Amino acid sequence: MSEATIQGFRERILARQPLRIRGGGSKDFYGNTMSGDVLDTRAHTGIVNYEPSELVITAKAGTLLLDLKSALAERRQWLPFEPPEFAAGSTVGGMVAAGLSGPGRLAHGALRDYILGVTLMDGEGRVLKFGGEVMKNVAGFDVSRLMAGSLGSLGLLLEVSIKVLPVPVAEATVRIPMNERDALTAINRWAGQPLPITATAWLSDTLFVRLAGADAAVKAALPQVGAGGTAISAENAPWIALRDHAHAFFKGDAPLWRLALPTTSPALTLGTPLIEWGGGQRWLRGEHDANHLRALARSHGGHATRFRGGDPAIAAFAPLDPVTLRLHQELKRRFDPQGLFNPGRLF
Amino acid sequence: MTTPTRKPSLHSAEHDRYFSTVPVGALLAELATLLPAGNLLTGKEDLKPYECDGLSAYQRLPRAVALAETEAQVIAVLKACHQAGVPVVARGAGTGLSGGALPHEDGIVLSLAKMKQIVRIDPLARLAVVQPGVRNLAISEAVASFGLYYAPDPSSQIACSIGGNVAENSGGVHCLKYGLTVHNVLRVRVVLIDGEVVEFGSHAPDAPGLDLLALFIGSEGLLGVVTEVSVKLTPKPQSAQCLLASFDDVLKAGEAVAAVIAAGIIPAGLEMMDQAATAAVEPFVKAGYNLDAAAILLCESDGTPEEVAEDVARMQAVLAHSGAIEVRVSTSEAERLKFWAGRKAAFPAAGRISPDYYCMDGTIPRKALGTMLSAIATMEKKYGLRCINVFHAGDGNLHPLILYDANIPGQLQTTEEFGAEILRLSVQLGGTITGEHGVGFEKINSMCEQFASDELRAFHGVKSAFDPHGLLNPGKAVPTLHRCAEMGRMHVHAGQLRFPELERL
Ligand SMILES: Cc1cc2nc3c(=O)[nH]c(=O)nc-3n(C[C@H](O)[C@H](O)[C@H](O)COP(=O)(O)OP(=O)(O)OC[C@H]3O[C@@H](n4cnc5c(N)ncnc54)[C@H](O)[C@@H]3O)c2cc1C
Repeated sequence: MSEATIQGFRERILARQPLRIRGGGSKDFYGNTMSGDVLDTRAHTGIVNYEPSELVITAKAGTLLLDLKSALAERRQWLPFEPPEFAAGSTVGGMVAAGLSGPGRLAHGALRDYILGVTLMDGEGRVLKFGGEVMKNVAGFDVSRLMAGSLGSLGLLLEVSIKVLPVPVAEATVRIPMNERDALTAINRWAGQPLPITATAWLSDTLFVRLAGADAAVKAALPQVGAGGTAISAENAPWIALRDHAHAFFKGDAPLWRLALPTTSPALTLGTPLIEWGGGQRWLRGEHDANHLRALARSHGGHATRFRGGDPAIAAFAPLDPVTLRLHQELKRRFDPQGLFNPGRLF
Repeated sequence: MTTPTRKPSLHSAEHDRYFSTVPVGALLAELATLLPAGNLLTGKEDLKPYECDGLSAYQRLPRAVALAETEAQVIAVLKACHQAGVPVVARGAGTGLSGGALPHEDGIVLSLAKMKQIVRIDPLARLAVVQPGVRNLAISEAVASFGLYYAPDPSSQIACSIGGNVAENSGGVHCLKYGLTVHNVLRVRVVLIDGEVVEFGSHAPDAPGLDLLALFIGSEGLLGVVTEVSVKLTPKPQSAQCLLASFDDVLKAGEAVAAVIAAGIIPAGLEMMDQAATAAVEPFVKAGYNLDAAAILLCESDGTPEEVAEDVARMQAVLAHSGAIEVRVSTSEAERLKFWAGRKAAFPAAGRISPDYYCMDGTIPRKALGTMLSAIATMEKKYGLRCINVFHAGDGNLHPLILYDANIPGQLQTTEEFGAEILRLSVQLGGTITGEHGVGFEKINSMCEQFASDELRAFHGVKSAFDPHGLLNPGKAVPTLHRCAEMGRMHVHAGQLRFPELERL
C-alpha cells in the first residue's frame, strides 16, 4: 500500500471536514444530494494479489474496474454479479460502495455475496482490515460485507478482496414474444427448475432469457426455454447494454425509478416497465408520485429507489423504519464519529 | 465428545463486565409469569442438559433456562433481562462446536428449540419462512415435494437449527458451489435486547440502507435473537455423480484440488480426507475407500445429466493428470451416497477410535494445504497426540480432529495448545481461525492473533450499537483488549509477527 497516499487520505480525514468520497464519478447521480469536499481515491490504484486458482482478487480501491475485469478475463474468470460500469472511469471501490449488480444477479447472487475482505480507513484515520482472501471466514462480525452498498457512509475503502469465478463455457440468449403477466409466470416457474438461466429481461412484450454454463447444459435447456422464441446472437452485447444502462429504455432525462420486489409480485399497473432478475428488479421511467410508488412497493414486500434524475428533494431511498434507522445511526457513530463521510448520501 | 470437564475459569480474567453481583431472584420470579408453565427451568437437574453445546470440554450451568414458544415470549424475556441487567445466551439445538451456546453462570439461557413451525412455503417464489428452532434438514424435507431444497448442508443438519445456522453462518460440504448461510438467507426477524423487533433483508432482492442482514449473519448471538428466518430454496439438481480419487501423497492431493479449480471447474463438493481419517471411518461405514492411499478426494458434480457427464470427464482428466493412483466414478445414486457416507461419518468415527476429539476449523488458501498437512504431522510428534484430517478442501476449510483423552491429566490442555498452533499457522498462511464453526468461547484467545486492537475496537463498536450494555452472549466471539494483553497473544499477520498495538491496560 502506498504509504504516502494513505497518509494523504488520513490528513484529509483528520482535517475533520465533511468529505465526499469519489472514484471515477460514474455513479455521482446515485443516492441523495452530496456535500463535502471531494476525496478522490484514484491515486490509490493497482491489483494487489490475483491468484486464479484461489478464486480471489485483491485490488486497491482506486483501481479501474475495467483493468480489474481485463485481468480476470485473461485467465477466463469474471465477476459473476456483472457490476454496472455506467462510465469508463468506474473504480473498484466505487463498485463495492455502490453495491450494484447487473443481469447475473439472478443466478449468481449480488455483489455483497462476493466480498471476502476489505481494508478501510475509519473516521479517525485508522486503517482497519476485515475478512481476508479465503472463501470461508467467520472470525469477527462481517464488516466486509457491510461495506457493500454502504455508499461510503462508514469508511473510506482502501482495498477489497473479491471472490471470482470461471467464465461459463457456453452461453446463448433467446427472445420470446410474451406479455408481462405470462413472462412473470414463466420466469418464476423456470427458476424453480434446475435450468441454467443466468439472466432475464422483459420489455415491450418481449422476454429475453440468457442461458449459460456447461456446453451440454445450455444445449439441453434451449429447446425447453426457447420454445416459441428465436435465438439471438451468442454475444453478450444486449446484456451489457442493460447492465450499463446504455439500452434505449434508459436514454433521456426522465426520472428513473428502481423497484426491488419479490419476483412473484404481479405486474404493476404503472407505466411500461423493464423487468430484470426474474421479476425482482423493475425499472420505471417518468414522473411518479414517490409516496405512491413506495407504498405500492412496500405492499408487495419491496422498496423503491429514485435511481437517477427526478426531484432531488425526494429521498433517493425508501425510508427506514425507526429501529433500523437507529441502528444505522449507531453504526455510523462507531465508524465515523464526526460524521465526515458522505453525509446524508445513503441515510 | 464426552465427559471432559473443565470449568472455563479463564472467564474470570476477561474483564468483561461482571454480572455476579446482579440479583436474579426477582427476575426469575418474573420470567416464570411470562412463560407457559414448565417453561422456566431452574433446578440443577433440569439445567444440566444445557451446560454445554457440541463442544463439551467447556461446561457451566446458567441460573435458569427459558424455553420460548412464541416471539412475544422472546420479547418479554429479553425485556425483563434487559431491565434486570442479566446476561442472555440464545440457544438453538446446542450442536455448536465453539462453545457459542455455553451458558453464562450469572445469566439465563433462552432456548428457541420449541419454536419449530414452518410458517410458510412459497414454491413459486422459492422461499420458506420458518421459526428459528426448525432443523436444517426439516426445511429440505418439507419442500422436497416441490423439487426444491435448502442448500447449506452442515454435517449436523439432522439436528442443528436454522437459528443456530444464521448465528454461525454455517456451511456444508456443498457450499463451494451453493454458498454459505449468508448466501441462502433472504430475511431474518430479530428481537433486540431491549425487546424491539426488527427485520433485516427482504423477500425482494435487497433492502434499503446498510446490509444489516450480512452483518447479522454469523454474529453468534451477540447482536439479537432470531425469531424468524426466510430461506432461499434451490431447485434440486437432476443428477449428481461423485468421483473418488486416491493419492499416494497428501501434497499431490492438495495440488489436485488447486488444479481442479484452475481448470475452471467449480465442483458441487470437493472434500479431502487423509489416511488416518479413512482408516477411522472405513471399518465403521465401509465406504470402499482405498486404505493404502495417503489421501483421498471426493469430487462431486451436479446438474443436468449432460452437464454432469461433461464435468466428470474433465475432472477425471485433471485428477489423473495430478497423479491420482485411482479414480472411481459413482455409477449409481447408492454408490454416490456410499462415497459420501464415509466423509459424513468422520466426526462420529473419531469419537469411536478415541475417548475424545477436538475439532479445529481454520481456513487457508488452497495452495497452502500441503504446507498445513506437513506442519500438522510435525505437531503430532511435538504434542504426542494423533490428528486425523478431514477438509472442505474446495474452499480451504480444515477440520483437523485432534484425538485425546480428557481423563489423562493435562491432555486437554496439550490438545488446546496443539489446536491453537494450527490456528496460528492458519492466520500466518493468510487464512482465518474459523471458517464455519464460529469463535464462540473456544477461540476467543486466537482472535487476538488474527485481529489488531483497532479491528477489535471496531467489533466492540458494532456490538455496542446493537447491545449497549453487553448483555447478549457476553464473553464470546470478540475478546476484550484487556484479555488479549493479558493472554500475551500477539496479532499475527500473514507470514510475520507484527508487534501489536495492543494496549497493556
Ligand atoms: C457432528 C457435527 C457436525 C457438524 N458439522 C458442521 C458443518 O458441516 N458445518 C458447519 O458449519 N457446522 C457444523 N457443525 C456445527 C453446528 O452444527 C453449527 O454451528 C450449527 O449452526 C449450530 O446450530 P445449533 O442450532 O445447534 O446452535 P447452538 O449450538 O444452539 O448455538 C450456536 C450459536 O448460535 C446462537 N444462537 C442459536 N440460536 C439462535 C437464535 N435463534 N438467535 C440468535 N442466536 C442464536 C447461540 O447463542 C450460539 O452462539 C457440526 C456440529 C456437529 C456436532
